[in-house]
Amino acid sequence: MILFLVPALPLLAAIVAAFPRSDRYLALVTFIAALCATTTSFAIAMGVAQRGTLTALPHWVALDALSAVLLCVITAVTTLAALFSWGYISSTANATVFPPRIYYANFNLFVVSMLLIPLMLEPGLAWIAVELTTLLSIFLVAFENTRGALEAAWKYMTITLLGATMAVLGFLVLFWAMKAAHADDFTWSGLRAQASAMPAPLLEVGFLLILVGFGAKVGLVPLHTWLPDAHSQAPSPVCALLSGIETTVVLYVILRLLPIVRATPLVHASLWAIIFGLISTGVAAFLIMQTHDYKRLFAFSTVEHMGFILTAAAIGGSLAAYGTIWQIVNHAFTKSFCFYAAGAVLLLTGSREVSAVRGLIERSRLSGTALLVGALAIAGAPPFAVFSSELVVLRAGFARGEYVTTGMLALFIVIAFFGMLSQVNRMVFGTPSATASPSAVRAYALPLPCTISLVIAAIPVLALGLIMPHPVHELLAQAALGLSR
Amino acid sequence: MSSQTGAALNVLLLGAFLFFAYRMIVARQVRGVLTAFVAQSLCLAGSAFTLGASTHLWELFALGAVTLVSKPILIPIVLTRLVPGAVYERRELPHTMDPRLSLLASAALSGIAYLVILPLIAVAAGPTLGGANVVVGFSGLLLGAYQVTIRREAIPQLLGILAMENGAFLAGISIAPDFPLIAELAIAFDIPLLAFIVGLLTRALHEQIGTTETASLTSLREESPW
Repeated sequence: MILFLVPALPLLAAIVAAFPRSDRYLALVTFIAALCATTTSFAIAMGVAQRGTLTALPHWVALDALSAVLLCVITAVTTLAALFSWGYISSTANATVFPPRIYYANFNLFVVSMLLIPLMLEPGLAWIAVELTTLLSIFLVAFENTRGALEAAWKYMTITLLGATMAVLGFLVLFWAMKAAHADDFTWSGLRAQASAMPAPLLEVGFLLILVGFGAKVGLVPLHTWLPDAHSQAPSPVCALLSGIETTVVLYVILRLLPIVRATPLVHASLWAIIFGLISTGVAAFLIMQTHDYKRLFAFSTVEHMGFILTAAAIGGSLAAYGTIWQIVNHAFTKSFCFYAAGAVLLLTGSREVSAVRGLIERSRLSGTALLVGALAIAGAPPFAVFSSELVVLRAGFARGEYVTTGMLALFIVIAFFGMLSQVNRMVFGTPSATASPSAVRAYALPLPCTISLVIAAIPVLALGLIMPHPVHELLAQAALGLSR
Repeated sequence: MSSQTGAALNVLLLGAFLFFAYRMIVARQVRGVLTAFVAQSLCLAGSAFTLGASTHLWELFALGAVTLVSKPILIPIVLTRLVPGAVYERRELPHTMDPRLSLLASAALSGIAYLVILPLIAVAAGPTLGGANVVVGFSGLLLGAYQVTIRREAIPQLLGILAMENGAFLAGISIAPDFPLIAELAIAFDIPLLAFIVGLLTRALHEQIGTTETASLTSLREESPW
């Protein structure tokens, strides 16, 4: 029953937020709930690594190594996002018509919906949880209530719900395939066991509907257009949740399907995943060079990484699967760190424009360093964590003889690397324009909770690239077994 | 109900379902789109009851009952309460395509649905209750997606998404009548919640921007990969 405690904690915090309380109290409750959920998740995950799957309700709720990794990532990123929100929302409270308690209630409910996804054994219920993630985050995207924020929220709602509706037909077709094979167990493991007897055309159509439908939510091209808009308009801690974990947790559902549909050689699941993955990585790499908004820059980087992870999973084999899971973890921590850094820069400068921010390092050593470290880390520079996991995936790709796919992946990563660094380099070290108004340079001290969360969030970004604790390695290896076939 | 009468009634309901899908695409007033959506939802509930009566599957009756309460009743109530009445009365909704061309495109989409689904029914060979449900359902899904694309007004776009769900579940009652819980749960809780939240968002758009025309939401366009 301890599994239920993890979503119950943020749910409790959401209920508390429904009553009028001081902003500081709500921020503290949200942070403590997230911290307790993280501690519980890590304890459960270590248990899963040693003793195998933990079942709370047979056929409905359980946790294996793969979902345990997701649970830990969601709760850990949420804890830091809650801490960052504490400083960020109190600093921007006057700029919005909504009271902070609306923010904290939505924040916690959104986290609950994300936590439900890896806990669900039944794909249909996972679909409902995915749909809830959209519904419960619409007002987080629209929180600033500006024309831009409402436009972004509308686009986010339309595209992701349209995708989710396509996906529900995909799950129905999958159920049809299972019934055609005279099977009964509609769970991830049940489908995997029975997949080889299912008709290949049904599996392929079901998989494609889910890949394209949920691909919209993940940010796969061509249905990625909501992602940069939502990330440029939403408050930075919400961007950390959207980019760091929401996209990942929906991608998890697609990754769960891959071993099922690959059971039948007649289904071209890997090919479809590679096509969508490579196109997303490539298009995002070029868009990174063009954008004028530094929050959009990191949003396009998410599109690039989601494409990378999908392609990595499609390459197949145990090493690529290990690299995929490790990349999921590293991306979640690094991307959320990038959005905290972007949030700090926004609080300091009041502008999202790349061209409006120059010589950042001289005005704020902390914000400038954080932005530079974030950009280097997410672009894949050594010795940061993303570099290590990308290297594992590329090695695995070449080892399996996937030269074209792996070569294209490497090329797109290099393009994205230079695009990212050229933009951030100008922001951090560029010379301020002579015509810049002095009022644009605000005397501003970053709120203490934001500073603390920036510093703590930097630790995994670097540490996971340098050391790999044995229990974490064990958990990742077991999770990779669940992904590979 | 004899199986022959049931099958004939089901085909009649499927024809009406498809007709209302086309009607939603060409309607010139928001109220017209909403009325067509209500009628389409009634056809979905009717098809669930008809197939339930032929097969004696209680799940289909449950789905029909939940649909009947949720879609034709709750959704119009929620939307008309949240979104100002003037929005529903506006005439000549903006289209990105001439309605006559839209009808042709819709017919083509139905043809595509037929061509895609027919081979699937052949390979499934077994527990499918009514192949026509799958074809019309998939067609409804495509037509709903088309409606979301061509409409430039908030409520018709939302109703396009809900029409896609109608299409998915119309196919679902045929190919997966005993689908565990998801359809009932989704229709009972998820869809009214969706209508409520999107209704609130539409009202916020109306208050902040002064219109519910999504065509005017273009301030965030920036880069293009090409």
